[in-house]
Amino acid sequence: MLEGLKEFASEFFVTGDPLIYGAMVAIGITMITIVAVLTYFKKWGWLWRNWLTTVDHKKIGIMYIIASIIMLFRGGVDALMMRLQLAMPNNEFLNPEHYNQVFTTHGTIMILFMAMPFMFGLFNVIVPLQIGARDVAFPFLNALSFWLFFLGAMLFNLSFVIGGSPDAGWLSYPPLSELSHSPGVGQNFYIWGIQISGIGSLATGINFLVTIIKMRAPGMRWMKMPMFTWSVFSTCIIILFAFPILTVTLALLFLDRFAGAHFFTLDLGGNPMMYINLIWMWGHPEVYIVVLPAFGVFSEIVSTFSRKKLFGYKSMVFAMLIISFLSFFTWAHHFFTMGSGADVNAFFAVTTMLIAIPTGVKIFNWLFTMYRGRIRMATPMMWTLAFIPCFIVGGMTGVLLSVAPADFQFHNSYFLIAHFHQVLIGGVVFGYFAGLYYWWPKMFGFQLEEKLGKWAFWTWNIGFYVCFMPQYAVGLMGMTRRLSTYGWDTGWWELNFVSTIGAFLMGVGFLFQVAQIADGIRKYKSLKASADPWDGRTLEWSIPSPAPEYNFAITPRGDDIDEWWEEKERRAKGIYPPEQPLEPIHMPKNSGIPFIMSVFWFIAGFGFVFGWLWMAILGLAGVGICMIARSFSYDTDYYIPVDEIKRTEASLRGSV
Amino acid sequence: MNKKPRSLIRIIIPVVLTLVTIALIVWPMLAGGQYVVLDPKGPIGASQRDLIVISTILCAVIIVPVLILSAVIVWRYRDKPDNKAAYEPNWSHSTKAEAIWWTVPIIIIGILAIVTIRYTYVLEPSKPLAHEKAPITIQVSSLDWKWLFMYPEQGIATVNTLNIPADRPVKFELTADSPMNSFWIPQLGGQIYTMSGMAMTLYLQADHEGKYWGSGANFTGEHFGEMRFDVNATSDEDFDKWVAEVKQSSQELTTEGYNALAEPGTSNVAYYSAFPEGLFQNIVTKYVVDGQSAHSKHGTSKEASGAIQNATDTSNQDEDKSAN
Repeated sequence: MLEGLKEFASEFFVTGDPLIYGAMVAIGITMITIVAVLTYFKKWGWLWRNWLTTVDHKKIGIMYIIASIIMLFRGGVDALMMRLQLAMPNNEFLNPEHYNQVFTTHGTIMILFMAMPFMFGLFNVIVPLQIGARDVAFPFLNALSFWLFFLGAMLFNLSFVIGGSPDAGWLSYPPLSELSHSPGVGQNFYIWGIQISGIGSLATGINFLVTIIKMRAPGMRWMKMPMFTWSVFSTCIIILFAFPILTVTLALLFLDRFAGAHFFTLDLGGNPMMYINLIWMWGHPEVYIVVLPAFGVFSEIVSTFSRKKLFGYKSMVFAMLIISFLSFFTWAHHFFTMGSGADVNAFFAVTTMLIAIPTGVKIFNWLFTMYRGRIRMATPMMWTLAFIPCFIVGGMTGVLLSVAPADFQFHNSYFLIAHFHQVLIGGVVFGYFAGLYYWWPKMFGFQLEEKLGKWAFWTWNIGFYVCFMPQYAVGLMGMTRRLSTYGWDTGWWELNFVSTIGAFLMGVGFLFQVAQIADGIRKYKSLKASADPWDGRTLEWSIPSPAPEYNFAITPRGDDIDEWWEEKERRAKGIYPPEQPLEPIHMPKNSGIPFIMSVFWFIAGFGFVFGWLWMAILGLAGVGICMIARSFSYDTDYYIPVDEIKRTEASLRGSV
Repeated sequence: MNKKPRSLIRIIIPVVLTLVTIALIVWPMLAGGQYVVLDPKGPIGASQRDLIVISTILCAVIIVPVLILSAVIVWRYRDKPDNKAAYEPNWSHSTKAEAIWWTVPIIIIGILAIVTIRYTYVLEPSKPLAHEKAPITIQVSSLDWKWLFMYPEQGIATVNTLNIPADRPVKFELTADSPMNSFWIPQLGGQIYTMSGMAMTLYLQADHEGKYWGSGANFTGEHFGEMRFDVNATSDEDFDKWVAEVKQSSQELTTEGYNALAEPGTSNVAYYSAFPEGLFQNIVTKYVVDGQSAHSKHGTSKEASGAIQNATDTSNQDEDKSAN
């Protein structure tokens, strides 16, 4: 019995690596601390009522962002481990197997569990406020989406201490990801972690499409929508079409592994290339999914901090919609070297380059928004300004990669690695940071002090260029991606060494940000933010910071693109809107079902990972019961009485 | 208030930081190894280098002015009390301006698209190279985690080292007996995937004698980083001499030997004086189910290899086209 248990434990837990033992201890201590603190301060009820069961889009957004920053930390540690391994030739810090696991989790986490939730966090916090709505279209579904993402991400993150991490690359090409080459449970963690959170992503896409279509303030016609909302809209269109492809692809891969199907294995008539096509049909649009909202953030910030209307609004909208359409015709540029022939390569080369046109137009429009404006160098604007040259260069190397015959030399090399990190960090990460700093006062009600933020900005930026510029060079020297080690004779070590220095500088930048936030939390009482700290232009700045749970005491009108700016102009001229009576506000009630249902999904996923059918069935049954329970709960909403609204408004607005 | 001179330290720090950053980036670029992609030694690599240069120039035509423009705009319109530059908060549309920046990128991308399409057809990897000498055929298989090179005309085989005659086209036929890999000799020309179940064709040529560097470029698992090989381009005489030497001094690669070689693991450089006939075709079709052949029910058993060979003889013709 004891022997059996020992054997099970040695298979169940990952053993033998001091780094992982360290992580296990750290996780254990963190868990115990959290439980102890919550118990000591008697905060379990608070946690459950205010956070775990909330359907408030702003709180859900905050939870998304917190989760995403934790994932940024984990993905960042992975990145630093890789850079440490590559800093010197013939390094033995990580063995090849461990290295493969690290880059696989780094890629998966950064795209799916860092960028996506950060983006959804911003969607959640801002979109309803910008369109003058009280919540999203489906608040319950919204909570469910979050918890599905969160528990999917936790399932994936469990892999490195329990069972072993996936190691077939972040897109898990077969046959490497098939049973034949990855017999362990790592790939199952990959499939189920992404699958569970992917359902949440798809639901969020639908939720925000409906929210934007149906819940805009009176007067807000399509061409009056704020640019960030437009970017969310075009992103959600891509999500709607791309995520089902991912779901099906992973389901087929799971059937291959679990049920002995042969969709992607050569024997018995499957085809690995089919997987590669499918995964990139999702994977390339995914890149635009994460970058379009960043474009929306930049549009808001450029306009606010230049104190000027956004230049070329219609062009901006048109450009974004074109990008979301074209994003579906670019997937084959990830395998020009597959030998699909000149016709196919020429087609995909041209469709890929075409995306540079609308993107370039957007950059011109941002520049001309600043032209004849007054540019204030606050942190959100600094990140935006850093984005512009970074993305221009990254975009250019992207165009170079789309030139099919030249791509035969760039493909799979560090040139490619440098390119996509430049557009993803320079575009997506900088954009989300800018958005976080910009909307921070609206989310939390206090301003962050800028001094540490500027230190963070400069270390991040210098670190970025020191890290990735050498990688373009080492790519042209023939270094291929995913190499875990190389020899002295290659002549690559100087570049790699410098690149590692840059990576650590970026890590220091992250620490500055953490310090900045910690410092802000410590002094939040003295840093209290006004309703409109940046002299903003859109509706979210017309309500107190932080926004009350019902957002708008009186439903606003959205007759202009910069409605709040116009309103301020009118007020300056002494024209005030007519006084409207307050009415009771209809709100959704909190619910524990999204959380509980997601825990059951987690249990089902864990069962499938280890092939324990009893557990999977148990989990799925729990999911079913939750669905039934929800369909029988009739008491799902309530009204906030007028008195309470008056009290809240008075306390939030203070003397105003 | 703004008349107060900036303290010197506030100017020195950014200048020093900028210089250090630039030095840090530029130094390894100059000190490091050789830019193999930009230093081609064969016609395919040279065309690709040209294309890289052309497309870089085309892109630079647009991005360099934009970079300068952004710096100028940000500097000129920064928010300073004494900034005399114009301020027009409501200026948000100009059809003329927008027409210009829709048109310019369209023109640039249009030119680039034409160049790309032209080169895509010219440099199609399966297109034979024009040369007075007939091409030599080399069959390449990526295994877990080594490269097997077979010379059907010479009847020899090597592992993890490749000898080719210089100044003569080489027709590589490529497949994989392992996850998809990518065959890349940067100085001769771009890479192409090796894939199980199909034979790809890649024409390359070395203009000069010399030792070039090749590797597997697509991740295939644990020891994929060790799939490196040297390419020795020699004169025709030296090549023939080398073939004769290999024929004399090496062992034969048997079917059993191949099966052992195909097992996952790394390998040193090795030479074989002969290899089983039809081995390449057997590797191509090893995992493929062919409706007409008898081996579909037999999985990958060795006994079935005779049947595979019969089946593949008929499918040899689409070897030249990189079939799908």
